[in-house]
Amino acid sequence: MNAPLQPSKYFNKVDFKPKEYKDEKTPAFWCAGCGHYGVLTGLLRALSELGVDPNHLVSVSGIGCSSRLPYFVNSYKMHTLHGRAGPVATGVHLARPDLAVVVSGGDGDGFSIGGGHMPHLARKNINITYILMDNHVYGLTKGQCSPTSREEMKAAVTPYGGMEEPLDPILYMLTYGATYVGQAFAGNAKLGAQLIKEGMEHNGFSFINLLSQCPSFNELDTAVSFRNACDQVDPAHDISDRNAAMQVVYKAKQEGRIPTGLLYKSERPALHERMAELVTRVGGSKDYDLRKIINLSRP
Amino acid sequence: MQGITKNDLIIRIGGEGGEGVISVGDFITLACARAGLDVYTFKTFPAEIKGGYAMYQVRASTEKLHNQGDIFDVLCAFNGEAYNNNRAFLKPGTAIVYDSPSDFTPDIPPGVHAYPIPMTQTAKEMNNSRAKNMVAMGALSVLFNIPIESLREVLTTKFARKGEDVVKGNLAALERGRELAAALKKTDPWAIGVPKSKQDVIVMSGNNAIGLGAIIAKLDFFSAYPITPATEVAIYVAKHLPKRGGTLIQAEDEIASISQVLGASYAGKKAMTSTSGPGLALMGEMLGMAFMAELPCVIVDVQRGGPSTGLPTKHEQSDLFMAIHGGHGDAGRIVLSVENVQDCIDLTVVAFNLAEKYQCPVLLLSDGSLAFSTQSVPYPNPDSYKLVERTRWNGEGEYQRYKLTEDGISPMVDPGTPGGMHIATGLEHSESGLPSYASANHEAMQGKRFRKLKGVVNDVAPTEVDAAQGAGMADMGIIAWGSTIGVVREALQRLRAEGYNVKGFYPKLLNPLPAQQFEDFGASCKRLLLPEVNFLGQLAHFVRAETSLRPESYTICGGMPFTPEMIVNKVKEILA
Repeated sequence: MNAPLQPSKYFNKVDFKPKEYKDEKTPAFWCAGCGHYGVLTGLLRALSELGVDPNHLVSVSGIGCSSRLPYFVNSYKMHTLHGRAGPVATGVHLARPDLAVVVSGGDGDGFSIGGGHMPHLARKNINITYILMDNHVYGLTKGQCSPTSREEMKAAVTPYGGMEEPLDPILYMLTYGATYVGQAFAGNAKLGAQLIKEGMEHNGFSFINLLSQCPSFNELDTAVSFRNACDQVDPAHDISDRNAAMQVVYKAKQEGRIPTGLLYKSERPALHERMAELVTRVGGSKDYDLRKIINLSRP
Repeated sequence: MQGITKNDLIIRIGGEGGEGVISVGDFITLACARAGLDVYTFKTFPAEIKGGYAMYQVRASTEKLHNQGDIFDVLCAFNGEAYNNNRAFLKPGTAIVYDSPSDFTPDIPPGVHAYPIPMTQTAKEMNNSRAKNMVAMGALSVLFNIPIESLREVLTTKFARKGEDVVKGNLAALERGRELAAALKKTDPWAIGVPKSKQDVIVMSGNNAIGLGAIIAKLDFFSAYPITPATEVAIYVAKHLPKRGGTLIQAEDEIASISQVLGASYAGKKAMTSTSGPGLALMGEMLGMAFMAELPCVIVDVQRGGPSTGLPTKHEQSDLFMAIHGGHGDAGRIVLSVENVQDCIDLTVVAFNLAEKYQCPVLLLSDGSLAFSTQSVPYPNPDSYKLVERTRWNGEGEYQRYKLTEDGISPMVDPGTPGGMHIATGLEHSESGLPSYASANHEAMQGKRFRKLKGVVNDVAPTEVDAAQGAGMADMGIIAWGSTIGVVREALQRLRAEGYNVKGFYPKLLNPLPAQQFEDFGASCKRLLLPEVNFLGQLAHFVRAETSLRPESYTICGGMPFTPEMIVNKVKEILA
């Protein structure tokens, strides 16, 4: 196992402008007016501010409109299967803790088909950054209800209106034990960039929900409606208090508002650190004599 | 009191789960191996955690053993259920050692040699009721010549960490069992043979041996989800991988474990998962991605009885269809299967070598009886294994991850390498890795990915042909795979001893199928028989599909492996 490096070790390596983090071979090709452009802008800005060496960055995604994001980022990258970006990224990161790993994906990818993985990324405190590009709809399949769609949404498979309560990714992540939880409107690239930057600097699992409008398939949540519903969290909010973070979200929901900014942050050892500590404890190394292991099976 | 030495003896111990049946079996196995005997064990246990019938069968011999044998020579019954379950197998000449007084009174069939031993009562008298199994083991050691010095050594070593009192208490119960048995008159002919010489061996189960093979192959990353009967692979790896600086994670499900494995593989590491049929089914989609994105990985499937939840603790060879073709689209894999514990070590190393060389998923099929069967194998020299690493980009020119090459193999690059940035995607892609749905590109890329696999047959040892010296055309050729091979080996020995002209063919590479080797073997036999433990005759299907051969299928699916006797009888019946 590679020695665990403090996150700062893979930052401040290069002096690139945001646009230099764009992969020129594949220009972004979302619909005009799509909120995902804002997510990309925020990410590129964060990478530039951190000075991440693109060679030491791995972008991982699942399937969906949002999961195309790695193509547009100058980095090593994996475009995996629907819902599986989290565990694939876990494998990349645990195998090479010296790399910076960023996951991006949609609300359906992360909380429907991939929903079974989310608790474990959070509770195991996997040192990766997960950017949820939450547009409350399935876009790539041309407009079906997602787990975050409004109940009243009329969509392709719900022509008479939906019947299901939407879930709140932030509440789940707070419950699952994520150690960095933030939210922003994707169009607010400045806040998006700040949260992504801090999330990548955070040692442990960072989750950032970026509310992103889908002008093609979601008429209920527009750039204007998202922007108007967002409130910056009260500066007096105690980010180390998980209950307080939940209260902020519950209260805002009752009022039809969306709290944005950093909602929760705490410190505990990340899984790769615990694993490195175990290797040290058992005196492990690549040169450990295999015969010592084989000898244990002598009768 | 010495019986007539029988070089090859089978002792079956049966009782309630938790009564120490498994530990008696383990102690006898280790003692025999320590003394220089070859051992081959077979176990069954209930899927439920507590109670139920547990059985442990030890076969020990001065000769090399290939399977669990036909049926026991000696039964040791801890309770009435063990007796009832095995009553039908008590033939004239077999011996039974049983707990008496107890909850049952056996009606000993004529010709069966009976040795009542007060196991429970003696243990109680010694204020050590948990030592019932030690009393039984002491009695067995006297009656059947189990190497007692080795037994005492093994017992002392194993109980040492529980303290001196525990060692003493168990040794005392063992000695009391010996006294009780010595007082009985031995009437049967059974006794374990005296080993020729002491060999340097290790004794391992199939599952542990797969773990060892992986560690020898320089496994870096392991992820798995618990599932019977594969969990022990993870348990072994979890214990020893950190010593080699590797990483192990228990995933939230099998989809996550194969996903993590592919992530680690992309990151440049040798990665593996282990599972059983239900888990492999869940991994299907990701295996397609591993083939598409050309990511090396090793997947161990310890097969169990299916379909669905099936018979979780029982033996079956029924995942071959899924191993070869499970999944959507035209996707390729390499599929190997193991015969015995030796293979579990050696072919696991081969599996890693093939995965690294051909950049694709390699499935290693084991099975339920091999999973828990402990066998003695020569002490492996870890330096004797040739290890292969993926070809990596030399840094020259513009890097193209999926460059079309003559053999289809394109150099990989580890993240962090300047100039090597690329995407691994499940979408069809061009040489650069970027998506391309152009028809000519898809044809070219499918051709490339399958072209790679053509070389595999040259990297695996030629299929073993089991034939007597100078044998010409055989009257019957038997094709077998997995642990069934060991059963066929012994059946052929017996048939030849009776004058039958028979041959065996033991493929370990099942996909891509070494078709020419099958053809050559088929051409040297008048008839072909293919015994396998599944309902459909899965390998027989493949052989018929991929070769001109038409083997006769002989299938069973009762949750138990074949016995040599079954194969012998079948061949005789066909040739009669």
